[in-house]
Parts: sequence; C-alpha cells; structure tokens
Amino acid sequence: MTREEAEDSRDDMLIDGCEPQQRLDNAVPDGFDPNYLKVYYGKLFPHADIFKWMSYGNDGKHPGCDQSYFGRREFSFTLDNDIYLRFQSFNSASELENSIKEKCPFKIDIGPVYTVDPAKRHAYAQAGENVFTPVERELVFDIDITDYDDIRYCCSGADVCLDCWPLMTIAIKVIDTALRDDFGFNHILWVYSGRRGVHCWVCDGKARRLNNEQRAAIADYFRLYKGNENSNKKVSLVGPALHPFLVRSYIDVLKDFFEEKLLRSQNLFSNEERYEKILEMIPDESITSELRGKWQENRRSSISKEDINVVRWEQVKHLLQSGKQKAQGLRRCVEEIVFSFTYPRLDMEVSRHMNHLLKAPFCVHPKTGRVCVPIDPNHCEEFDPTSVPTLSKLLGELNMMGGLRAEGDNEWDRSSIGKSVSYFRSSFLQPLLKSCKEEIESSYGAKVQQSKNSMSW
Amino acid sequence: MEIFPSQGKAFAADDVVPALPLYGSAPPLEVRLEDFELFAIDRLRVLKGISDGLSRGKKPDEMEDLVVNLWKANMRHPQASEVLNKDIISHFVLRLVYCRTEELRKWFLSMETTLFRYRFRRETSEVQRALMAEFDIPYKAVSIAEYESVKEKLSQVARSMGQSLSSADAIFYKVPFEEVPELVASRRVFIQKGYAYVAMNQIVSLVVTQFRSNISRALVLTNRKWTSTIGEQEKDRLMPIVEALSVSYLGPDYSQPTEFEEISLKDIDQVAKSSFPLCMRHLFDKLREDHHLKHGGRMQLGLFLKGVGLNLDDALSFWKAEFSRKVGAERFDKEYAYGIRHNYGKEGKRTDYTPYSCQKIISSTPGVGDHHGCPYRHFSEENLRAALGKMGVGNRALEDVIDKVRNRHYQLACTLTFEAVHGSSCDAGINHPNQYFSDSQKILNSKVKQLS
Repeated sequence: MTREEAEDSRDDMLIDGCEPQQRLDNAVPDGFDPNYLKVYYGKLFPHADIFKWMSYGNDGKHPGCDQSYFGRREFSFTLDNDIYLRFQSFNSASELENSIKEKCPFKIDIGPVYTVDPAKRHAYAQAGENVFTPVERELVFDIDITDYDDIRYCCSGADVCLDCWPLMTIAIKVIDTALRDDFGFNHILWVYSGRRGVHCWVCDGKARRLNNEQRAAIADYFRLYKGNENSNKKVSLVGPALHPFLVRSYIDVLKDFFEEKLLRSQNLFSNEERYEKILEMIPDESITSELRGKWQENRRSSISKEDINVVRWEQVKHLLQSGKQKAQGLRRCVEEIVFSFTYPRLDMEVSRHMNHLLKAPFCVHPKTGRVCVPIDPNHCEEFDPTSVPTLSKLLGELNMMGGLRAEGDNEWDRSSIGKSVSYFRSSFLQPLLKSCKEEIESSYGAKVQQSKNSMSW
Repeated sequence: MEIFPSQGKAFAADDVVPALPLYGSAPPLEVRLEDFELFAIDRLRVLKGISDGLSRGKKPDEMEDLVVNLWKANMRHPQASEVLNKDIISHFVLRLVYCRTEELRKWFLSMETTLFRYRFRRETSEVQRALMAEFDIPYKAVSIAEYESVKEKLSQVARSMGQSLSSADAIFYKVPFEEVPELVASRRVFIQKGYAYVAMNQIVSLVVTQFRSNISRALVLTNRKWTSTIGEQEKDRLMPIVEALSVSYLGPDYSQPTEFEEISLKDIDQVAKSSFPLCMRHLFDKLREDHHLKHGGRMQLGLFLKGVGLNLDDALSFWKAEFSRKVGAERFDKEYAYGIRHNYGKEGKRTDYTPYSCQKIISSTPGVGDHHGCPYRHFSEENLRAALGKMGVGNRALEDVIDKVRNRHYQLACTLTFEAVHGSSCDAGINHPNQYFSDSQKILNSKVKQLS
C-alpha cells in the first residue's frame, strides 16, 4: 500500500523553517525588523517580571534567600546574524535588561540553574568532574503541531489554522489537568511558541529539583504514542482496562473532541486514502472488508443530510462494539482510534533532560513576528494563534499613543500585549512568588532550628 | 576486605545476614587471590547473561527465570556457608573493576540493579519487609479509610495491568511519585496530588530506586579511592586482574577507530552498502533521501560513523551536505554543527562519546518521525522484510531471520543477516554495529586479497 506514500507526505514535517520564504513574508507584510525589536525590548518586553520569575523569591531580603541563585541561570541569545551566545548569566535585573536591550537578541532561551555561574564555567573545569552541572530547571514540555502531520489534512509543516489548532487546545487540557491533579503541581505556565505549538513551564520547587530520571518518568507517563516511522501501530492499548489518567482524558476531553469536532473539521472519512488509514488500525479483516465494501459501493446512499464522517464513524463503532465482538481487543479499537487522532504528542527529548534550552515567554518569533504570549489553560479554547499580536502591530499601537505617553513603564496597559502581561503577573507570577517566599522562610526556619538543636548538645 | 595469597583461609563473620545482601560496606573478610578473580568471573557471567536477556527484550517474568537460572549456574559454592561470602566478595571486586569510567559504571549499575530486582522479587514478603526496614524506607501503609476512598482507581490500575485487586493486596504505600519513577513511567501506579499508591507487590521498585542510588554513589566513591590510593598500591597485584576483567567481558567500546584507516567521504556510499548493519544502513538511506534525521537518528548514526573512522571535518561536511538541502547551510551551522562537534568531544562536557552498542539501540524507544533503533525490534514485519530484501537477503535466510525476530533474538537475527549478506559465518555473533562493520570489512578485504 501506501506506507511509502504516507511517509513521503510526512517528509516535510521533520523540520521547521524550511518552507518557501515567500509564504512567510506574506504572513507578516511589514516584515520582522530588528529596529522594531529594539523598540519592543525597550518599551514592551517585561524584563522585570522575567527577572522576578527566574529569581523564585531569592532576590528578597530574607536571610534564607540564595543571592547567587539568579546569577547561576543560563540564558542563551540568538543574535541577528545567527550568532549563538550560550551560557550568558546576569547578576541583577538591570544587568539582564541592559544586555537584552544592547544585544537585541532575535531569540532568548532559558536554560537550567547550574552549580556555579555558567559564564565562569571554564574556571571551574580544572577543579574536577561534575563541578559545573545543572541543579535546577523547570519541568518543561514542548508540543508541536508538526508532530500531528499524519493526522491533520488542513495544513502541514509549520502552518497552523483554526481547524488544527484545537489539537493544541486539547493537549493543554489533558496535560494541565494531569500535572495538577495527578502530580500535584500548582505553578504552571503555558506559552504560545510563536508559530506552531505550545510550551509548558512547571515551576513548583519540587518540579525544578526533579532529576533526569524523574523527568523522563513523567514524560513517559504522558507517552501513549508508541511506534516509529517504520512500524504500523501508533497507539496500542492493552489490558482489560485503561489507567485512570487515560480514562479521565478520554471521557473528559478526547472522545467529545473527536466526535464533535475533529471528525468533521479534518474530514477523517471523506475519501479512500483517509478511511483506509483508520481501517488499518482495525486488526480484524472481516470487519474492515465489510466497512470498506459499504463505503466503496454506497456512494449514493451517503448523500443523506448526515455528515459522511459522522455516519461512517458510527458504522465503525457499531461494528466494533456490537455484542458479537467478544474480543476485548476489538472493542478497545474504538478508543485506540480516538487516542491516535487526538492524544497529545510531546517532544520527549525536551522534557527528559535538565539542560534542554527553551525559548523564553514574550520573545518575538522571528518568522511570524508574533509574541510568545501566555495561554490561560482555563480558557485555552478561546486562544486564537492567528490573532496573537505581532511586532508590527504593537509598534503601530505605540506610535498611535506616542503623544499621550505618560512617564513610567505603563505602555503595556494600553497595548495589546497588556492583557498577556497582566495575566502573567496575576495568575502565574504572584501566586508563584508567594509560595516561593513561604518555602524559603520555612526551610530557613528548619535550618535555624536544626542548628539550634545541635548547639544545645 | 583483605586479600590474601592462596594459603590464607577465608572465614565469615558470625553475624546473621539475610540471603540478599545490600552491599552496604565491604565485609571484614579475607579473600584468597584466586577466589578474588574466580568469584568475579562467575558474577560477571551472571551480569553478562542479564545484559543479553535485556537486549533480547525479555519480559519481566522471563527475566526472573533467567536471573534465577544464571544465579544457580554460576554463584554456587561447595560450602553452603561460603555462598553469601562469594556473593558479597564478587560484588565488591566488580565494583573495583567497573568504577573507573562513566560507561563502565553505567553498565554495572544497570546490571546489578536488575539482578537485585529479580532476587528481591523471589523473597517472601517477610524478608522483603525486613529489607525495607534495612533500607530505612520511611513510608507507612495507607489506612483502611483512605484505601476505600481510592479503591476504585486502584482497581482500575490493577486491571490495566491484567491483574485484579483482591482484598489480600489491600496493603498500599503512599509515596511521593518521584520515589518510584519506573512505576510512574509505565503507568503502573495510581497517582494523586503528587503521591503514588504503591502496592505491596510493587515495593520492589521503591527498594530498587534506593539500591540503585546507594550503589551509584558507592561507585563514584570507589573510583575516587581507586585513583587516589588503591590503584597505585595494587599496581602489580590487583590492577592486572582488574584491567583484564573489564575488557574481557564487555568487549571493546569502539570509541577509537583502530583497525582500519579512516574512511573518506567518497567511499562512504560504497561502504554503507557493503558493510553497514541494517540499523545504520536504514538511517544512512533515510538521511540521503530526506536530508534530515531527528535527534535519535543523528546520535546513533553519527557516533557509529565516528567509530567507523570518519573524522570530525569529514563528518561535518557529510552532515552539512545533506542537511543544508533541507534547512540551508546557515541553519545547519547554527543548530546542528554543535551536536556533531559535541559527539567528537569538542563542545560542552568534552566527553569523547562512544558509539551505541546493540543493547543500547535495542532498548531505545523511537517515536514519531524517528528512524533510529534496531530494525529487527522496531520495524513491523512487513517493513523488515522489505528492508532485508533490499539488502539482498535471500528467501530462505529471510525466513530464518524473521523466525529469530519473532522469538525476540534481535542480535541473532542481525547475525544471520550478516551471514546471508557476506556468505560466511559469524561465530562470535553481532554485539555492536561497529563490530558488524569491522567484521564485514575484514571479510571483504580478504576477498579482495584473494582476488589479487
């Protein structure tokens, strides 16, 4: 069959940034101008908030604060001419801000907190192995729409439209719920990656201190999509029941999304090539040939008012779940199909290792010009990637209100990223800093208590 | 632990120790020098057998049988009182042998942990609880009331593993999920608000995590001691034994291409066709076809090529020639060149990375868009047949290969492929893609010589 064809059609998903330059230029008519970026970093980028966040309360006056904390964090800048500056570090909010304004990076990545200042890592290299090693890092996730290319028919590669974006929305729902309810994390930031996906930053102290094995375990907990380019099965559910996490995801999110939305928006059964892909997942030939027969002959009868995708899906379900099908495996097939088409596909490598870099929120994507704004997981279905403010739009707004400008840093309030900045502050940063403060105070208290006890002996 | 020449007599301490030691500290024993080596070799046979079992993808129950049999076959001692000593001594000797590099430590840690896991599983629950106490694992069983409140979820998890929840296993431990990463990874526990509910029969995971981290720490300490003092003191006595033990069983790691001169770029297509094992041939072809490979593929093929003798400059131009057709030369320099220099130890930690062994490749988990891994394990049968056909494996041989694959003997399947392609036998079997390559080159070169 068409395995090879299927693979061919997937070739372009493997990489981003390789699409014809033309299309991109059209997407941002005003272009992505380094001079605009300079203004953006000067007036709109929330330097102080990023500093506050990355300090995790250690910039306070409490004796329990670790003053070296922020300075041990790796930042990495990608400059205009593709110069890649790794292991940048800063000792204060103003150092960070000045460096960003001066270098005007196209992209800012955030790395881990190391044992020592990463800028001075060479000085420690002689001291022996493992002196320079990552000690803390947010637990991060990266979900990319290109990884769904075999199941979305509206776009491919880096393109995204409102028909396929909902795949990202449900990925956020599934993962966010599990991070909170299962793993007990509270301080979670979702960010639009600027073009074709979303990033997630889990910032609880406990999450930041996970080792690589524990990170990999969480990533694997979320991993359902097995198989690779050279094997058939994509999702395989075995055993007489599903894990409670999968059951919840299926019932609360995936099933409805598949049946109410995806079936129609992606026209999953509309032609032979598409329905064959689904039939391939059914391991019983008598069923697949019965369905295939129906769908090949009965063209005319399917011109009913009912949507053809819905009708055919009902037929699949009916045959697989009818009383005749005693075999557990076949009943499970319905779920396998739904999971195959909807379940989040994470880029595992990003989550597994502490030292993986991830683009900072509020960066501007150099290809689309869009700002990497936070996404509120409680209202993620309202998020529309096509209406995220672009650099040129923001600059336009700044020019418009140029005359009225008051002193101070309140430009946000009136520009269209104002909402994003205030969401970041009120829903993410403030609760996070509050709990950081408590953690610092209580661990300091415990330390003092301990040393008191040892003194009295 | 004191090591004496042969006339010394071994004796055991009088303390009663459980049959499954935790190897907390070296025992106050005297060991004869022959025993030192013989015990270690016996234990190595066990660890090597475990390593083979893992690379065949054996299931837990099969692994348990394997471990029990290996143990019985190798770790017995004519004197019953000496069995435990042999266990402890051999462990500490191998610690010396395998503490010296990151790669060796990793292998040893992984095999010892596996060994411990299956031995622990065989113990009665009383012994298990005693061992838990010895590890000082502080968790208490959940109360009846709490059990009732999550019973339904727990039974769902049990059923998802094909088990049922009887009231007899109603003992669950509630532990932070970080303590049982392997249970989390395979979704074999119910997790709520950061806590995993670990069933009594899963306690092994909790204990193994502890065991692993103890041994891991101990290996680093042993290494430090070895380099600072023991190594020098034992230069003439233990060092030769230790050196011999570490290479004789693990085999070479192929980090330095030695046997053949460097291969050059113009020959690479030719040698890929004649001498690459299927896993590398597939990556190589895909790279030529797609002008791109994802991370896992770049690592697997890149390190292999390094082992084959492609120097850094050639490697850079090789990868660049392909990738730039897909992403442009600029993006290659910016995003991918670093990784290649990294593999050659020119960036980051500056470790000279070693090519992947079969075991590592077989146990990898390629995902969407990935082409790495072991074709015998990770391809569907249909795709494997097609790929083998392309390599020129004839019908009869092909069925033999498929038969090995069905029985999960992936390395044997690769060995048969080697034999079919080269028309000569490969008695040692294939354990490393770079070994496949060098064996292949040997055969081809000798054929060339015969002709001339």
